[in-house]
Amino acid sequence: MKADIEKIEIDLFLEAIFKCYGYDFQLYARASIKRRIKHLMKKNGYNRISDMTSDILHDPSVFEKVVYDFSITVTEMFRDPSFYQSLRNKIIPYLKTYPFIKIWHAGCATGEEVYSLAILLKEEGIYNKATIFATDFNEHALDVARQGIYSLKDTQKYSTNYQKAGGKASFSDYYYARYNSAIMRKSLSKNVTFANHNLVTDGVFGEMHLILCRNVLIYFNKDLQNKVLTLFNESLIHGGFLALGSKETLSFSSIENDFKPIDKKNKIFRKIKKG
Amino acid sequence: MKQKSILDFTKFKCIVIGVSAGGMESLTRLFAHIPKDFPLPILVVQHMHKLQNDYFITHHNCTCILPVKEAEEKEKIRSGTIYFAPPDYHLLVEEDETLALSVDEKVNYSRPSIDVLFESAADVYKEKLIGIILTGANNDGAEGIRIIKQKGGFTIAQNPKDAEFPVMPQSAIDLVEMDRILSLKEMTTEFIRWDQEDEI
Repeated sequence: MKADIEKIEIDLFLEAIFKCYGYDFQLYARASIKRRIKHLMKKNGYNRISDMTSDILHDPSVFEKVVYDFSITVTEMFRDPSFYQSLRNKIIPYLKTYPFIKIWHAGCATGEEVYSLAILLKEEGIYNKATIFATDFNEHALDVARQGIYSLKDTQKYSTNYQKAGGKASFSDYYYARYNSAIMRKSLSKNVTFANHNLVTDGVFGEMHLILCRNVLIYFNKDLQNKVLTLFNESLIHGGFLALGSKETLSFSSIENDFKPIDKKNKIFRKIKKG
Repeated sequence: MKQKSILDFTKFKCIVIGVSAGGMESLTRLFAHIPKDFPLPILVVQHMHKLQNDYFITHHNCTCILPVKEAEEKEKIRSGTIYFAPPDYHLLVEEDETLALSVDEKVNYSRPSIDVLFESAADVYKEKLIGIILTGANNDGAEGIRIIKQKGGFTIAQNPKDAEFPVMPQSAIDLVEMDRILSLKEMTTEFIRWDQEDEI
């Protein structure tokens, strides 16, 4: 039987990245990572994956490009408006009862959903007692998130999402426009700490009241999903909340029995209080 | 010589279908005639608005004898089941014949994209895949059909004259020498009679 050369090349490519730079994509779901590798190959004019592997090993700047492309996820403000509505109506009332609130936004990419969350907390009057840790392993994406400057042409779509999500004011209250950019108000990021954290290799964040990690787990294989979910479980207080992407689930995962669903459609779960 | 029209479905492991504008009606007609012992899974990408609710799933479940459902990530692909890509997610097939979803950027201005499903399914099923491209007003799916063909799979386009929007099947026909170009009616005949003849 003919060996699957392409599969070997992909295995070697991912292993090279891990051994040389410490970023582990080997437990990512294969179909998407393969697509990204092939896309990268075309974009950078390579004919073979193994040619790219060789350049990555010898030139860190090539690797930089790869890691950027690998981790960039498409996101938007108030993505899935019904999720934010559910967060506002079903979760915020619980969060209001705590004297302070710690929130971990894992895999925040370029930050659009972090600002969405900040807006929501402000409108519900609990922003000032909240600390938000927004993490990603992509330093370039984190830079964008820290700056909070987005394309002005997207604001119309964001504004629609915001209204559908139950926004209480006008979305334009939260940014000012300059040239073709929408610059998010600094007061929104005052309590946000943007930090580099790799879900695959890094550890627990302690005593969180709410963890959001949306559309990240779908890129992981089952083993890695379980590992990361365990990390979330250990990072949450009893009674804390876990919010996943609309097509992600705890069903059949290793932590399924430690959580109960609060909103099945919008994938919000609560860690069961013990004792 | 008259072209023999009956496909031996037992030689295949999966069917993928791509459809865009005009899809609801075409799929309804196509699925209405599938027998309940149909031996293959069917994966469908239909372009739709990202906030589309699951009405279309309910609709097809009412009009089709096979179970119809939205594809879930990591789900094992089962024969005799029809899976739809969820709105705003790409649908892919993994090596172990499970389903995967992604929110990667749009391909051909589309998410879900037909090319993304077709290419990943072709990687896994190779010559055991049937790719069908139906009505639509853009060229998503043509590249996917090319890759299915390249990997030895079987390709079918809806006859553009028969399609409500001919651009999509025509784009595939322009790019690839299709194995069959059929009207919906001819396709339903193949589905109905899958077990009654035994050769291509």
